[in-house]
This record gives sequence, structure tokens and C-alpha cells, in this order.
Amino acid sequence: MHIMEGFLPPVHALGWAAASLPFLAFGLRRIGHTLQAHPEQRMLLGVAAAFAFLLSALKLPSVTGSCSHPTGIGLGALLFGPAAMVPVGFVVLLFQALLLAHGGLTTLGANVFSMAVVGPFVAYGVFCAAASLGCSRSLAVFLAACLGDLATYVTTSAQLAWAFPDAVGGVSASFLKFVGIFGLTQVPIAISEGLLTVLVVNAMARFNAHELRALPVMAMAQRKRA
Amino acid sequence: MKLRTWIIWLAIVVLTVAPFWIASGPPAEPGHEAPAMFGGADERAQQAIGVVAPEYTPWFAPVFEPASGEIASLLFALQAAIGAGVIGFWLGAAVTRERAHKNAAVDSTNAD
Repeated sequence: MHIMEGFLPPVHALGWAAASLPFLAFGLRRIGHTLQAHPEQRMLLGVAAAFAFLLSALKLPSVTGSCSHPTGIGLGALLFGPAAMVPVGFVVLLFQALLLAHGGLTTLGANVFSMAVVGPFVAYGVFCAAASLGCSRSLAVFLAACLGDLATYVTTSAQLAWAFPDAVGGVSASFLKFVGIFGLTQVPIAISEGLLTVLVVNAMARFNAHELRALPVMAMAQRKRA
Repeated sequence: MKLRTWIIWLAIVVLTVAPFWIASGPPAEPGHEAPAMFGGADERAQQAIGVVAPEYTPWFAPVFEPASGEIASLLFALQAAIGAGVIGFWLGAAVTRERAHKNAAVDSTNAD
């Protein structure tokens, strides 16, 4: 989902940076508050960030004959709320933009918006909806991580379509073209990310049950089951 | 590990490996060569931009580019290693803590 360096017109690049900035500031404050109130959750926050680091480095093959990578953002969004994952995603994307020429500084705002804003907020929303519909914790976690991942790639497609509308079909034709590249490729990878996230949450439920109880989202799913 | 955990791991492996047999090559953009098999989706998008907006030229170049594909894979491996290291540390600490709890419980029942 990385839009390459220089591949967004300056106005778009600035606009997306301006859109992402308030989320980043809010997310930093949220992390500060969380760690102040619950210092014992520092370890789990580290694991959530490490999960995003690990997964976004793995480029997996897909049925379309292209490779793409999962984002690993859903896990942290479910544990600490969507805002907390904005700074985490920002750090991952900055690392890749500076050292790997993957993504870029001018497109950082747009990439942060798709991976670190839309991804976690969709994952969080899906989890809340699934839990309130009475889904089991595993199913809710799977749907949240999987759809959050897909939403990131659909957002990237929309960003590119907006910046580069098709000469004949306009933005919508262009969007279909980019979704055909990013969205289709991402389907099996998003399913894998959903399954992996379920495994990690199960491990956390077993080893860190006490800390998990203090996290609001997990408490909600447990109340639902009780 | 529980049976369900094994099944989930198996599904992840199948999802990752199956494309090598069932994937057909990515379609070529008009006027371009077909993209390489299992190339990055990011590069395909870059090519698609070249088709939709042929007159567009990137206005900014990466500040640092890995000197070769080998260096790039080194840095990607480093990124994955940092993540896996932290997760491994947590998992090891968690398993040890659970074992210590269990032993403590056994000790206290023995003492009674």
C-alpha cells in the first residue's frame, strides 16, 4: 500500500499530511495516558508494535501473481484503541521511507492515513460491531484484523484514483483499476493476517489474562460471552 | 498446542504457498511489458500511474536508496527481526511466568 516517493502531486501530499497530523497528535496523547494509568501494559503495547513491524516487513505472494504485505495494525487497535496505533504505524512507515526507499517522505501523510488511521479505525469498528452482534471473540478478532487490512489497501486505491483520474472514466474508472491491483492481491493476505491476529490474541488471553481484563475492548467481548 | 491452533497455522501456510501454483501472471498494462511474476503490487501501481497519467513525473526522489536488492532485503530482514525478537521475548517471559505460577501453586499445596 506504499505510495512511492514523489508519486502524489504536492497538493495531495500536503492535504493527506494535514489530515493525518491531528490523528498522530491525538494518538501520542492516548498512548501517554494509557501508559501512565496502566504501566503494566507497556509490554503488550511493545508486542502490538512489534507485530506491526514484523508483518509489514513480510511481502507475501498472492493469487494475482503479485506480492504485497499485511499491516499488523489490527491487533494493537483492538487492544489499545485505534488512536494508539497511529504513532506505531507512523514509525513503521518512517523507517521504511527513510531506510528502504519504500513509500516516501512526501507520501508519508497519505500512507499514514491509509495504514495507521483508516486501518485501525475500521478494525476497531468491525470488532465492536461483531462483538455486539454476539460473535465469539475469535471470530470478531479475525473479522476486525482482516477487514482493517483490506480497508487500508482500498484507501490507497482511492487516494491514487483521486490523484490520477482516468482520462475517460474519471476517478471511478481509475479506482477500479487500482483496486484491481491492490484490493484483489490483498484478499488472501488479509485472511492470513486475520488468522495470525487470532493466534496472538489467544496467546495473550492465556498468558496475560490479567492485563487483558483491564483493556476495554476485550472486556466488552468477554461480557458478551458471559 | 490445541488442535484449532494447528489448523489455523496450516491455513496460513496454505494461503501463503498456494499462489505459487494457482496464480497466473499479472496482466500487462497496454504499451508495457507484463510485470514480473510475484513482483510488488506497489510497482504495478506505479506502472498503472504511468498509463493513466503518462505526463506525470515524480517531483521528489527518495533521500536514501538501498544500494542493491541485497541491501534492501537486509534492511527488511532487520525490520522483521526486531519485531520477531520483541514478540519472542514476550512469549518466553509469559511462558516462564506461567510455569513459575504453577510451581508456586504446587509448592504451596505441598506445604499445607
